[in-house]
Order: sequence, then C-alpha cells, then structure tokens
Amino acid sequence: MAQLATSKVGAAIAVKDLEIRIRGERGSYPVVADMALTVQPGETLCIVGESGCGKSMTALSLLRLLPEAASASKGTIEINGEDFLAMSQHRVEDLRGVEIAMIFQEPLTALNPVLTIGEQIAESVRRHKKLGHKAAMARAIETLQLVQMPDPARRARQFPHELSGGQRQRAMIALALACDPKILVADEPTTALDVTVQAQILGLISDLQKRLGTALVLITHDLGVVAEVADRVVVMYAGRRVEEASVYDLFEHPIHPYTLGLMGAIPRPVAGRPATDRLVDIAGTVPPPWDLPKGCAFAPRCPRASARCLEERPPLEEKRPGHFAACWEHVDG
Amino acid sequence: MAEALLAVDDLQVHFPVRSGVFQRQSATVKAVDGVSFSIARGETLSLVGESGCGKSTTGLALLGLVKPTGGRVRFDGTEIGSFRRRDLKDYRRRVQIVFQDPFSSLNPRRRVRDAIRVALDIHGVGTRAERDAEVAQLMARVGLRPDQADNFPHQFSGGQRQRIGIARALALKPDIIVCDEPVSALDVSVQAQILNLLADLQRDLGIAYLFISHDLGVVEHISHRVAVMYLGKIVEIAPKALLFASPTHPYTEMLTRAAPTLDPRHRHSFSASSDDVPSAINKPSGCPFHTRCPLATEICRTSEPALTTRPDGRLAACHHR
Repeated sequence: MAQLATSKVGAAIAVKDLEIRIRGERGSYPVVADMALTVQPGETLCIVGESGCGKSMTALSLLRLLPEAASASKGTIEINGEDFLAMSQHRVEDLRGVEIAMIFQEPLTALNPVLTIGEQIAESVRRHKKLGHKAAMARAIETLQLVQMPDPARRARQFPHELSGGQRQRAMIALALACDPKILVADEPTTALDVTVQAQILGLISDLQKRLGTALVLITHDLGVVAEVADRVVVMYAGRRVEEASVYDLFEHPIHPYTLGLMGAIPRPVAGRPATDRLVDIAGTVPPPWDLPKGCAFAPRCPRASARCLEERPPLEEKRPGHFAACWEHVDG
Repeated sequence: MAEALLAVDDLQVHFPVRSGVFQRQSATVKAVDGVSFSIARGETLSLVGESGCGKSTTGLALLGLVKPTGGRVRFDGTEIGSFRRRDLKDYRRRVQIVFQDPFSSLNPRRRVRDAIRVALDIHGVGTRAERDAEVAQLMARVGLRPDQADNFPHQFSGGQRQRIGIARALALKPDIIVCDEPVSALDVSVQAQILNLLADLQRDLGIAYLFISHDLGVVEHISHRVAVMYLGKIVEIAPKALLFASPTHPYTEMLTRAAPTLDPRHRHSFSASSDDVPSAINKPSGCPFHTRCPLATEICRTSEPALTTRPDGRLAACHHR
C-alpha cells in the first residue's frame, strides 16, 4: 500500500499513522484515524471537510492542544524533525509560538479580553525571545505593522472588544507571527468574517507566507478558500483522508465520489463545470464517530457504492501520479 | 404588469442608542433607512450584504417582529399600515419566516408534531385529526419521515431541523416566505439539500421568497432578482444575470470580486490591506459607501445619490455610474 506522507528530510510537519481517540459517555472511539501529513517549508496544505470530519482535531493535535477528553493514541507527529508527542510539556511550550503557531476561527474567544493587544503580543515575545518590556512592545507594534493593522501604535493600546472583526483577526495573526514561527496552523481563519474582509485576510496570509517562507496548514470547510490558497489538499470524511492531491488535480480531476459530491453541492459552479438549476445533494448525513459503518464510511451515502464498499474499508492508494484516494469504485477523472 | 404581491416603500427601522446613568438617547441606529422593493408571486428576491447592513432587520420588520419606524407595506393590494393586531392575522398567515439557526428557533421541549401543528391550531384549521394528518403530509413534503413526529428537536441533525422550520412555515400555505440566512449554519452537502427543497416548493406551490443571505454563491443560485444593501440602504437592484455579469454599483463590484473563484488557475490577487467598515451608528455623510469607494469624489462626501433607473432597467445609487 502506498503511503503518501512519508517523512522527508526537512519537512516542517511529518505526521504518520496518527489516531486521535475521544473518551466520553459513549466509551472510547477514534475521531481521527490513519492520518498522515507532510508539509514542506513554504508550502500550503489545506485540509477540507464538513463538520465532524476530524479536521479541527487534527489541527489541534499539531500543537498538542487537544481537549482533555481527546488524545493522540497512535502514531507520530514530527515538527521540524522533533518528535512532538514524546516531548515534555515544558519543551512543547517553548516551541509553541517559535516553531509552530496557531490562528483560531473566533478571535474574540482566542484573545485575552483583559489584556491590550500590544500586551498579549509582547507577553509572547518576552517569553520566547527574552526581550525586555520596551523592546517587546516595540516588536509587538512592528508585528501589527506587518499584518497591516491600521494605526498600529494606537491599536496596541486597545483591548480586543474595541476592534472590528477583521482587525481582531489581524491581531491574532500578529500574535501568531510575533516570534517568527516556521509553521502556521490556521483553523477556519476567515469563516466568521464578511466576504470583503475574508478577501483581505486571505490576501494577508498568503502574502506573509510567501515573504516569510512559513509552512501553512489551513483547515476549512470552504472549497472556495481552498482554490484560492492551497498547494495541496487533503479531503477528510468521518475521520479519515478520502482524497489527497495537488490543488489543480483535485479541482480538475476529482476522483473520490465524496469530493465530486462536495463540488456539485456548491451553488457557484466549479470552473469548467456547467451551471445547473439543481445542486448535487449528498443524501443522508455524516455518521457519528461512535457508530461508523463497517466498510467505507461514505458508502451509505455514495451513489457509486458496491457490495464491497459496504464490507471492506478501502485504503488510501495512489490512483494517478501524486493523486491519492481511498475508494473501491472511484471515478477515473 | 400585474400588481406586486408585496410592495415595500421607504421602510425604516431606527433603534435608539441609550447611554449613561439615565439611559438618555445618545444616538440613533438607522438599521433600515428608507428601503423600497417589490416581490411578484412565485419570485425570489434576495437581499444581500455584509453583517450590519440591515438585511435581517428588513426581513423581521416585514413580519412585524421588529416595529418599523416608518414606511409602507402593501400586500396583495392591501395596506398593512400600522401593523395592528386585527389586520395582521391574515397577513401573518400568508407571510411566513424561516430562521438561520435551526437550533435556537425550535423549542427543545416541544415535539416536532406540536411545533409544526401550532400554527394550524392558532388559526383553527380543520379538526384535531385533520391537523395531525396535515402535519404528516407536511413532514413528507419537506423530506422528513412522518413517523418521527413524536421526536424532539435534539434528535434531529441541523439539516433536518431546518426542514422542520420549513414545514412549520408551510403549514398555513403562505404566499411568501422570508428566508433569513436559512442555509448559513449548514454544511455544504446539507445546504444543497435545503436549497433544492426550496426550489421544489417554489416550483410546485408558487411560493415567493425574500431570501436574505451574505453568500453570493447561494444568492446567484437561487434568486430571480437581487438587491444589494449597504448600511441600511439598497444600493443596487437588478435581475440576477445582469447584476453578476456587470455590477453597476462599486460596492456590488467589490462584493462579487471578493468572493472566492473555485478556480485555482485564476486566483484573485486579494489586497492584504485593511479598509475599515463604518458602522450604522456612525454613518458617513453623503454616499454611505464613499469611505471605501475607489471612485469617490467630493460630491460623494456631501450628497447622497438616489436610487435611479438605468438604461438596462436596473436600479442603482451612484453618482459616477
């Protein structure tokens, strides 16, 4: 079986065979399984999928920020070559912000409401760069400038509630970038924003990434965002990768029936596909992680499902050069 | 031309802003500031705009769920005027609403059967048995299994709950449904199911929709005509094809350019710089869009452009286009 994400020398992120389990009222069950990712410096990997597919859990695991009920129960996560899962908590805290940083969806809950924007950024700079008060605050203002915050010196003295939604997201990006991390993980960074502000923030993130050579993992449910920023794309369904390809291959020749369904379900037609009056609707709903079907998790909703799909889970295999899918009955593309 | 089903003229909804110990009124939010449009039978008119533009307040005001502070609403030839209780019963039956959040718009302690039947009860439609039979039919119509009627809302997924909301709106055979961001909280595959359902209902029952949304892709898919709102005003109204192919108002153009393309070979070059969006409390003078507009000149700062008819039949409010 082909393994896409073999750890290469120099990869910023190398995840292998990762499983994340939740222990809850319904017992212990995996919410992410057989996950593998490799992201090179300067590369943008998008993980796309619908609610409950495990994309946010995957993102949180990359910073060891999983909620208490969840844990990485199998596999390895290497960040810049270091085994992240085996590391001491102290060491992880040293690396967060410097090696790897995160941008959350909702800046109002991620930012501290009782500290000014400048203090929050300076706090991180003081801890990691061992700078004094004054130098740290200067660095904070510099970072706000970098994210093109209007009037950065004044914004640094304001509290999160005094900023607009777009400015808060800029502040959070500044906080994430303050210590020059080599890897940025962004979980739905523009989902809460209006479309004109989303355009600015996407522009900002890809701008900064090009200039700083950061590796970017962007989690989203929005294929429009994927088309705008991704180099490579992982499509997730029910905790597993179902398709992985370059952004061009994925949009031009999707081969997994779930990916095709997602593209047909978008009201704005995907380039090259005719506009229709009727959207493709994927019948049914995503199965809950504690009650997954026996074979392929998508089979009960899949228009191409065969008897085999209901019995046997398909492995992720290279179907065309550089294009992977987990499907027995995939489309030829 | 036949008379419009619903005609809204100069609708205004102003809210007082109170502050200080004595809660004196210190400012006014003109959430809806002179909005006019009409909807024909069986037509879908979308109201599109970004948060705070007044699109949802417009929808709520049409149902009397917030009180309009000015303007006139004519429905099927009758002035709805003061939104008095007595006049409203017939209007309320024929104008229904579906809300964005299918989680908070259903009473968690009420069985689905009762949630759908309550409107029939209030309006005294048929006998109890007939009403229960009607509920079963409505559930089947929106793609729910009638044997789920005794379940509670938490036993349904988000998409199914939105179907319950639609069944409830359909119960009194309305002429128009105000859909306030009905698919924004749903995953894309479920969103497609609901959009298809709304299209089927319009085809089969001739219902008109006032479709309120921030999502241009959804709006382009479902509408016949589109009205673009900015800070409480309509800045452009046009048939869908015209509006998306050649936007007249610079704000419409900005919105359509900002929407992602879904084509990785023709990416936008988004500007990373920030332009600050003014709020409805602090509305700019003149044209409300002038602070963000690339075409703005002196006249835009001082004089507010009127919504005027253009040679191609659309309406737009801009000094320069």
